[in-house]
Amino acid sequence: MASKVLIVAEHDGSKLNPATAKCVTCARGIAGAEITVVVCAADAAAVATQAAQLTGVNRVLTVENPVNAHALSATIAPQIVALAGPFTHVFGPSTTFGKDLMPRIAALLDTAQISDIMAVESPTRFRRPIYAGNAILTVEVEGGAKVVGTVRTASFEGTPAGASAPIEKASVNAELPTYTRFVSVSAAKSDRPDLQTATRVVSGGRALGSADAFKILYSLADKIGAAVGASRAAVDAGYAPNELQVGQTGKIIAPELYIAIGISGAIQHLTGIKDARTIVAINKDTEAPIFEVADYGLVGDLFQIVPELEKLIAAK
Amino acid sequence: MKRILVGIKRVVDYNVRIRVKPDGSGVITDGVKMSINPFDEIALEEALRIKEKGGAEEVVVATVGPAECQQQLRTALAMGGDRAVHVQADGVIEPLVAARALLKLVEKEQPMMVIVGKQAIDDDNSQTGPMLAALWNRPQATFASKVELAEGKARVTREVDAGLETLEVDLPAVVTTDLRLNEPRYVKLPDIMKAKKKPLETLTLGALGLEPKQRLKLVKFEPPPQRQKGIRVKDAAELVEALKKKGLV
Repeated sequence: MASKVLIVAEHDGSKLNPATAKCVTCARGIAGAEITVVVCAADAAAVATQAAQLTGVNRVLTVENPVNAHALSATIAPQIVALAGPFTHVFGPSTTFGKDLMPRIAALLDTAQISDIMAVESPTRFRRPIYAGNAILTVEVEGGAKVVGTVRTASFEGTPAGASAPIEKASVNAELPTYTRFVSVSAAKSDRPDLQTATRVVSGGRALGSADAFKILYSLADKIGAAVGASRAAVDAGYAPNELQVGQTGKIIAPELYIAIGISGAIQHLTGIKDARTIVAINKDTEAPIFEVADYGLVGDLFQIVPELEKLIAAK
Repeated sequence: MKRILVGIKRVVDYNVRIRVKPDGSGVITDGVKMSINPFDEIALEEALRIKEKGGAEEVVVATVGPAECQQQLRTALAMGGDRAVHVQADGVIEPLVAARALLKLVEKEQPMMVIVGKQAIDDDNSQTGPMLAALWNRPQATFASKVELAEGKARVTREVDAGLETLEVDLPAVVTTDLRLNEPRYVKLPDIMKAKKKPLETLTLGALGLEPKQRLKLVKFEPPPQRQKGIRVKDAAELVEALKKKGLV
């Protein structure tokens, strides 16, 4: 049976999140798959246009409804379930959006979910990390059940734009609950690249010592066009906001360059960066576990080294 | 009675170094320290705080798993849970089975809220909370960093990729906990003694009318690929030199 993959688009109402292009790449790993992206929105036109450009997408479905102005899983899940009938696979990104939504869809479809798909072995066989990435598990979906999965975005490059798939309006017949209401979202406005998709990341840990001291990282990051990340310890201590946390329970990232500054490298942090192309570690503790995974390690006082780095980079 | 149901899972302690069995059939758990999943401890702590502030009258702790799970239930009772329910089940318990078992307990206990960890640190699935909410047809507020109760409602602040999102949900609802919701209390020795006398009910999946259906075949477990160990540079200049050579800065 040919595979038909439905991908739930993540977006903010006007822009398609890059995680969706990564889900498409994952789906393209399923031989011969026909790929449909569904955009649930109040006004889907802009996002649907972006989704239609993704190479490998055969069709974009839009589900427009004023209640879709905010991505509430309780209301989106029944709409996806109403559309899921003809599909063999339903995928979403392994972001907070997808982690919240996809299990709700899987339960309504009475099927298991495969979380954090990192590789496709066959239409029914996938690999995923468990135990904070300390083991890799191969799982097989049995009995011809629908495959619901979240795609580990750090494992896939986004499929390039350049295509133009047809866009169709879908109407769904589903009862939508009103028991969940969006109140607000507070996101720090920043001109820096997005942590999840940045090619370079400068990340700080507990050794920074204060929120004020943490700012030296922003300065270095701006010099090299990097996003800023943080270890759990730095976020817990209040040096950096939660959305900067990198690791098992924060963001899993795969930049070209990751500079870990004053981060000792707990296993839970390392799992978030192991797909980085090049890892640099700066730490005064020569025994810090971060040096075990670093391509370049520099032992020393970060408060001396970081300003030096900035100067040297500026002087190029 | 205003009741909170807390779901906990017995997992390999977060400090244990995980090793895959040589035959690829699983990870080594023999003789390894087991604990309550850290996110579930946060869930229990939150329930206890709500009760202590008068927002609930009873905290019931439940788990689905083998006989040994009763150790973790006793620990949860020592932390302050009022009573425990153990749904005995052996072998692989998939999140959908755990969610179905919790739903049966929800139907019986009629809680105002169910709190569980956002994920278990063993299989990292992050599924059970939303699955329960879906089957129950009730709201979910995942990745909570703040929970405020009002009459018949909860206002929950969530840690999402963009920052912090606030939702209002009608009760009953399912909440899943993130790291910064609270810091769980330490268990004191007298509480461990007291916990031995607290009620712990044992059921089976069968008694709840459920089967331990396994839908995913676990084909093999492998250790992850190791990164090549890199080099030490002596100073910032050498580092910048190396990065420039690779075109990274």
